[in-house]
Amino acid sequence: MTELPASTMKKLGLVIDLDTCVGCHACVTSCKGWNTENYGAALSDKDAYGADPVGSFLNRIHSFEIQPETGPAQTVHFPKSCLHCEDAPCVTVCPTGASYKRVEDGIVLVNETDCIGCGLCAWACPYGAREMDPVEQVMKKCTLCVDRIYNENLPEEDRQPACVRTCPAGARHFGDLGDPDSDVSRLVAERGGFDLMPEQGTKPVNKYLPPRPKDEQIDVLAPFLEPVAATPSGFLGWLDKALEKL
Amino acid sequence: MTFQQPKIDTSPKVSDEIRKTTCYMCACRCGINVHLKKDTAGEMQVAYIEGNRDHPVNKGVLCAKGSAGIMQHLSPARLRAPMKRTGPRGSGEFEEISWDEAYDIAVKWLKPIRDTAPEKLAFFTGRDQSQSFTSWWAQAFGTPNYAAHGGFCSVNMAAAGIYTMGGAFWEFGQPDWDRTKLFMLFGVAEDHDSNPIKMGLGKLKKRGAKVIGVNPIRSGYNAIADEWVGITPGTDGLFILSLVHCLMKAGKVDLPYLAQFTNAPVLVNEDPDSAEFGLLLTTEDGKHMVIDRATGKPAAFDAPGVRPDLAGTLRKAGVTHRSVFQHMAEKYLDDAYAPETVAAQIGLPANRINRIAADLARVAFDEAIEIDQPWTDFRGTRHEKMIGRPVSFHAMRGISAHSNGFQTCRALHILQILLGSVETPGGMRFKPPYPKPATAHPKPHCKVSPGKPLDGPHLGFTHGPDDLCLTADGKPARIDKAFTWENPMSSHGMMHMVISNAHAGDPYKIDTLFMYMANMAWNSSMNTSGVMKMLSDKDETGEYVIPHIIYSDAYSSEMVAFADLILPDTTYLERHDCISLLDRPICEADAAADAIRWPVVEPDRNVKGFQSALIDLGARLGLPGFVTETGAQKFKDYADYIINHERRPGVGPLAGWRVGVAEGQSTLQHGRGGPNPAQLDEYIKNGGFWVGHIPDEALYYKPWNMAYQDWAVKIGLFDKPAPYIFSLWCEPLRRFQLAAEGHGTRQPPDHLRERIKATLDPLPIWYPPLEDGHVDPVEYPIHALTQRPMAMYHSWGSQNAWLRQIHGRNPLYVPTKLWQQHNFVEGDWARVTSVHGEITVPVAHMAALNEDTIWTWNAIGKRKGAWALENDAPETTKGFLLNHLIHELLPARGDGLRWSNSDPITGQAAWFDLRVKIEKVRSPGHSYPDIPAQTSPVGHGPARVSQKVGK
Repeated sequence: MTELPASTMKKLGLVIDLDTCVGCHACVTSCKGWNTENYGAALSDKDAYGADPVGSFLNRIHSFEIQPETGPAQTVHFPKSCLHCEDAPCVTVCPTGASYKRVEDGIVLVNETDCIGCGLCAWACPYGAREMDPVEQVMKKCTLCVDRIYNENLPEEDRQPACVRTCPAGARHFGDLGDPDSDVSRLVAERGGFDLMPEQGTKPVNKYLPPRPKDEQIDVLAPFLEPVAATPSGFLGWLDKALEKL
Repeated sequence: MTFQQPKIDTSPKVSDEIRKTTCYMCACRCGINVHLKKDTAGEMQVAYIEGNRDHPVNKGVLCAKGSAGIMQHLSPARLRAPMKRTGPRGSGEFEEISWDEAYDIAVKWLKPIRDTAPEKLAFFTGRDQSQSFTSWWAQAFGTPNYAAHGGFCSVNMAAAGIYTMGGAFWEFGQPDWDRTKLFMLFGVAEDHDSNPIKMGLGKLKKRGAKVIGVNPIRSGYNAIADEWVGITPGTDGLFILSLVHCLMKAGKVDLPYLAQFTNAPVLVNEDPDSAEFGLLLTTEDGKHMVIDRATGKPAAFDAPGVRPDLAGTLRKAGVTHRSVFQHMAEKYLDDAYAPETVAAQIGLPANRINRIAADLARVAFDEAIEIDQPWTDFRGTRHEKMIGRPVSFHAMRGISAHSNGFQTCRALHILQILLGSVETPGGMRFKPPYPKPATAHPKPHCKVSPGKPLDGPHLGFTHGPDDLCLTADGKPARIDKAFTWENPMSSHGMMHMVISNAHAGDPYKIDTLFMYMANMAWNSSMNTSGVMKMLSDKDETGEYVIPHIIYSDAYSSEMVAFADLILPDTTYLERHDCISLLDRPICEADAAADAIRWPVVEPDRNVKGFQSALIDLGARLGLPGFVTETGAQKFKDYADYIINHERRPGVGPLAGWRVGVAEGQSTLQHGRGGPNPAQLDEYIKNGGFWVGHIPDEALYYKPWNMAYQDWAVKIGLFDKPAPYIFSLWCEPLRRFQLAAEGHGTRQPPDHLRERIKATLDPLPIWYPPLEDGHVDPVEYPIHALTQRPMAMYHSWGSQNAWLRQIHGRNPLYVPTKLWQQHNFVEGDWARVTSVHGEITVPVAHMAALNEDTIWTWNAIGKRKGAWALENDAPETTKGFLLNHLIHELLPARGDGLRWSNSDPITGQAAWFDLRVKIEKVRSPGHSYPDIPAQTSPVGHGPARVSQKVGK
């Protein structure tokens, strides 16, 4: 089994704002586009134009409905990818050392040359964040775009994960969650960012910002607009006075 | 075991070259960086597509469609060569031919038509982004029968906006995203203006500004709305007018704004016996007349220093005239619009309507913003500040695709204007070339002369009966019956009526139907099964009822199977285009902008950009403008046209880097100027677009701001300053009503009089969707809608291996009340019946949905054999279209007439008026109707995709 580093120098990860995500899937295909062309094997699609297309994606959006006790049902779009856990069970379960967590930034990666495609890591991940490539039979997962964030061939402003760069609503943020003064850590503090399934004890690095309260109940005693007149002729009287004041 | 971390390359080469062009995965027109890499054979291939950070539309971001563009570019459904039909229509059996043979066939059909009866060509261009070019071609050909897809999309929104205030939403205008504090979003197709709306919502969320979503369906944008208004479909107009009622009753309207910048103070003739009854009073030189509050005397609205009186009245020649605003007070203060009266119909509690009105008033007036920016209006009055009402709105098909859509869209604009929130900080802002009122647009033209061009542009804005497109004997001049008494203000034409009218020979028979990029044999038509039959019907002589069909598309769509001749288009990465100020440009509220597409890779098939094919065809037909004086082909291809065509002297398709003269030297300039042979190179160097910023003094109040007017003249948007006031009172509507009341020489047919009187009110009204009067609401109690997902654009997405994994299925979403009522469980199927037809489809439960509404994603369902999908793809086995339930005509109701299922003002297809009933049925395992397969002329896609160019 594979060891996790005792600590990492940084905790790079994503902060995903569920109050802002409209569920557009831009992050999904942008991720697929970058990562099929870059790190490791292509992200393949089996039965691509047929009855049951199955492709590997490193990031997917799930949509849920919530029925509050009062008020109308709500829809929540929930993007999900590897959370780069501090206590990553996918790493410790790996029989070959292919899965590992980087010391310098905490990114969890799969070294594809050592991956035997046994699938244990996907089974161990409580979030379902790993996918076996249907063609290459190698385990694929979010790399946090490790080949973008340090890439000297990219302009500095583009050294961020493809999903963050493309997100039209600005619902995705990238940074060092190990640094309490980083923008992402501040955002988490301000907005009450939370861990996904903390009871699993995986200590995920990625954080989610909760949706703000919606459809606040109408205060039936709240003052409505005060009428200036009850009839059209009364309105004209008001209008004349109002125009005089201008 | 102790772990040795492997070394990885964190700085791999990204690409060999980046080429910047414009996306076409939808109509948003974002800038993209196309990364190219050399493949193992040394050929440049598309490797990765991302948003262009410098681009005015998307500023670097890119949606799911755009980010999956590579799979569209490599789609297995791409057509490969021109084709002629070998099997029966609809079979999909073709043989590939050369371009020369294709042109010969087209000329053989088109030349005799042009020489004898040009109207026998119906040329309609779908989701065309080159309408200023395709319409110019059609005009040169001489047929009156040209339009694009606006009639079945959002003409109500566009026309209502232009008639009311000289612009609408999307490419016409946008919320002031940086300053607005309350944003109200009425139903939109989530793939439209896709990135700008998402970016805007993101800005609002960051600032904590409030978002109210008005939509029967709580998906997408409405999912993040702070408040969801799950309104009953078709009642938006009533809701809006109730808000207007509340605001007027409370005096919460922007009086100075209304007095200065709208026709609220203009005087209306009130003599019922007058031929001018209900028309606006004008001065001798034709200017709208107001009472000047300073003098108490009548004056032209725009006279220097005049202070128009909202409460003005004038007795002239024995006739009383009162201001428009007094008419509005009379109409909207009526209890018919009180929240208590309308609540049940809209499906909202009355106090909720009151509360939303109070919210709008509070933000508009108590949280007003001021910018220290002096400006001068068209009356010469200098204003020290720009005052903002930070309430903004956006709307699109949700409110416009109803038969009461035009008046509903007008109502929304009236609400915006009453709040003083159009072209003011924090409100809605126009994008150049808008503001541009209806009076500054052309009128429609339809005069046909064999062998000659049409007498002017096809589409435009009618201002009264004289502008209708009727023949000498009063019959419709156009095959789609646009601009007739049935829909007198159909500014975008009515593409959805072309096939059924051509099939019926009503108003006349045509010879050739020529279409581009419009899937009329499938999701773009009402009554899909019926349309497929019309396209393949034969007459008693065994000939097709519609004799010839030419179609251009890049992909093997359902419509391809019904054409006789196919002109294969390129993908968007292989073509030239201009996103032009003459058409639907990419401007922002702060800037004029236009853009190009250029072949970042060359096609590897025998295909050609449709516009280039039209140029070849135009030359072969000898159309004026397409040949030189010696009869030779004038433009080599579309790129050559883009560079060298001038619509007016100095004004061409692209505004950037034109040639001017300064101090005797030739120089490059923007806006006006002569053609520049290197213009496209300049665009390419600049990332594929040009931007010209609007000066600070001209950023708001554009219709009335002389600094803006002067700037617009300078860059060539118009030729002299043309300030105008907003039309709360829409006089063209009243002119049609006057005719229906018996005034004037051009008279509507008697059966239309009452409808015109009832619906073409010069002030916005609400009436129930017309289908409600033809279909029993008790038998068909459920509203049925479609919408498009953000990750799919129309039918195009299903050929995309990545996108179809996101939206490969479209169950019918059923709200909790109906779900329980019918005892549905997951996996169930339902029969959905309208008065016109029935479908059998899979259902799914959705709680965040209006309780009387069902819906599905549009255009996921596909015909077997189309789009290079396997015949057992879920899109063909479980996918479905609601279109089968919708007819282009309303059901008969015993008056001997079949009324069009369209808005009676603009002719917009009333998709969302649909009423249905549902019942649970045993799973048939396959959605119904099950249309037999078409043969795929391009085969089927590969079983596996592993997209990687580099090693």
